[in-house]
Amino acid sequence: MHIKYESQLREPLVYGNKTYAQVTEDIVRPIEAKPSRLWYIGFFIAVTLLMFGAYSVYREVTYGIGQWNLNKTIGWGWDITNFVWWVGIGHAGTLISAVLLLFRQGWRTGVNRAAEAMTIFAVMCAGQFPIFHMGRVWMAFFVMPYPNSRGPLWVNFNSPLLWDVFAISTYFTVSLLFWYSGLLPDFATVRDRAFTKLRKKLYGIASFGWTGSTKHWQRHESLSLVLAGLSTPLVLSVHTIVSFDFATSVIPGWHTTIFPPYFVAGAIFSGFAMVQTLLLIVRKVFGLTDYITIGHIDLMNKVIVLTGSIVGIAYLTELFMGWYSQNKYEGYTFWYSRAYLFSPYGWSYWGMMACNVISPQIFWSKKMRRNVFVTFFMSIIVNIGMWFERFVIIVTSLYRDYLPSSWSVYYSPSIWEIGFYAGTFGLFFTCFFLFAKYFPVIAVAEIKYVLKRSGESYKPEFDAIEKQQLDSFVHDHAHAH
Amino acid sequence: MAQKKFVVGCFDDEKVLFPAVKQVRTAGYKIKDVYTPFPVHGLDHALGMRETSLHTAGFIYGITGTTTAISCISWIFTKDWPLNIGGKPHFALPAWIPIIFELTVLFAAVGMVLTFLYLCQLAPGVKKHHFHKRATDDLFVMVLECTDKTNADDLKALLTSNGAVETDIQVAEEDWWFGTYDNDNENLYKQVSH
Repeated sequence: MHIKYESQLREPLVYGNKTYAQVTEDIVRPIEAKPSRLWYIGFFIAVTLLMFGAYSVYREVTYGIGQWNLNKTIGWGWDITNFVWWVGIGHAGTLISAVLLLFRQGWRTGVNRAAEAMTIFAVMCAGQFPIFHMGRVWMAFFVMPYPNSRGPLWVNFNSPLLWDVFAISTYFTVSLLFWYSGLLPDFATVRDRAFTKLRKKLYGIASFGWTGSTKHWQRHESLSLVLAGLSTPLVLSVHTIVSFDFATSVIPGWHTTIFPPYFVAGAIFSGFAMVQTLLLIVRKVFGLTDYITIGHIDLMNKVIVLTGSIVGIAYLTELFMGWYSQNKYEGYTFWYSRAYLFSPYGWSYWGMMACNVISPQIFWSKKMRRNVFVTFFMSIIVNIGMWFERFVIIVTSLYRDYLPSSWSVYYSPSIWEIGFYAGTFGLFFTCFFLFAKYFPVIAVAEIKYVLKRSGESYKPEFDAIEKQQLDSFVHDHAHAH
Repeated sequence: MAQKKFVVGCFDDEKVLFPAVKQVRTAGYKIKDVYTPFPVHGLDHALGMRETSLHTAGFIYGITGTTTAISCISWIFTKDWPLNIGGKPHFALPAWIPIIFELTVLFAAVGMVLTFLYLCQLAPGVKKHHFHKRATDDLFVMVLECTDKTNADDLKALLTSNGAVETDIQVAEEDWWFGTYDNDNENLYKQVSH
């Protein structure tokens, strides 16, 4: 058999002298141990936030959208800001697992499981906002096209809001299938180590009876590859369609053609930041620093500085077009409502600029990219910045519309609007804490697959082969000249 | 239910496994399956398996999604209830591309996963016969079915001489995938040799 290997120039993906059994042990052990006190505290806080969110939603459903401080002019406030923010975060997981699989990036194996879980939870959170923004949430099923007794009156297939319904629900379904099909072999690993009857039964159900048969693996590989191929355009389509919600409406600041690529870059940017926030905690708490290495963090920071800069160029392009188009509404929105620091919401624009464009430039320095504390701090900053971005886009375009008599300068959210947002944090972290406790947070089988080609203790074996290939390459090319 | 006898050989390194597969097949034995903890590339070819056509199924599901979306939306918007949206054409294909794309992906993904589960006979609650618990941990478990002519001891010796760290003879139900994994292999982490 010919083992493919990674060049010596690449950093090992797995540190330490590991065997297959050791990999299983390292990753599955935290699931088998009792949760720590820290886990209980974190879980309790998350559930508390979730309860507060549930109460906020209860008030909104009972008394109506008036519980939020939205008005006729600013009809999309925190609610849609939060929706776009969460959907954006939900892009990194599928990007890591699908796009990086197609690009044959071996380093995805250490981080894909947790990133995909994060994606699924983030999309769950995102979905809450448009659903409850409907007001009469019990009629939410009206968005589905089904033969009904009202004519049948169908949904508007030409509307970007309906495209969103299809995009988000498809994205959620496909991400879930992709994630769970990858989990089957790992649940089987946990099942076969189980030491109590209950564990064996539960993980037995979760693993669907996976055995590891060669034929099953062959099909599994084919399935993963095709799902990756499908998810790659899907992940790009989802935030493109979210951006259509804005770009297809004739509102200054929204009606631009650069929105799709600009939104997708922003989504990857914020998604990777959230992955960093979570993984830096997970690798420390569960002692997985051999698998989620500084090299992984370095690579993700490179993605952050790239996408952050793309977003920065988009901001500058918008400003330029605000002037170059000589459209007075565009000019007013970009140069007064947003970029003028002393306009009512100028602070949010400059907050966005500072967090998204200026501060990530620190990652041009390798030393900073490999610094855990700087990375953690920056991941929070980036997510604050990306929240500001959506707030800026929504509120600064809406608060002074075409009719000065309906201008509404002072929009600030009500406690229930904030509570709803806090509640989605509760939902997200409740799910994430449960995931971290009961699921293998790293793809065990995939780590084993890359172990002998990229593990620290196996790499030197390929040193001689690589040197020989290099010598013969040099030899051949020396003759050619 | 009819019982069947299997010879099981466990390997701890894929570098040993590949020559062993070749040797065992050259000696004329038919390998039932090899259970591995992770996808070992090239093993399916070494075992003489044909390529899976799951991706073809995926393509068919995908175009089903495409045609479903196009036909449903165009019927709804041109025949069933032609809605006047700002005087724009009823047959507005460019505006439907997002939904057509999403349904293509949705049909392909859901269809493929269900087909995968069906082909592999995987479902919540299914219990299969597991020849070795460490097949999902660190062992590559080769399983050969005994026929009337098979000399199990010879076969075990062949496996051992080809680097098997552990050999075993197991009896399982004929429809072995509905066996139980609760009771087999009690001697976990112990070298078993009969």
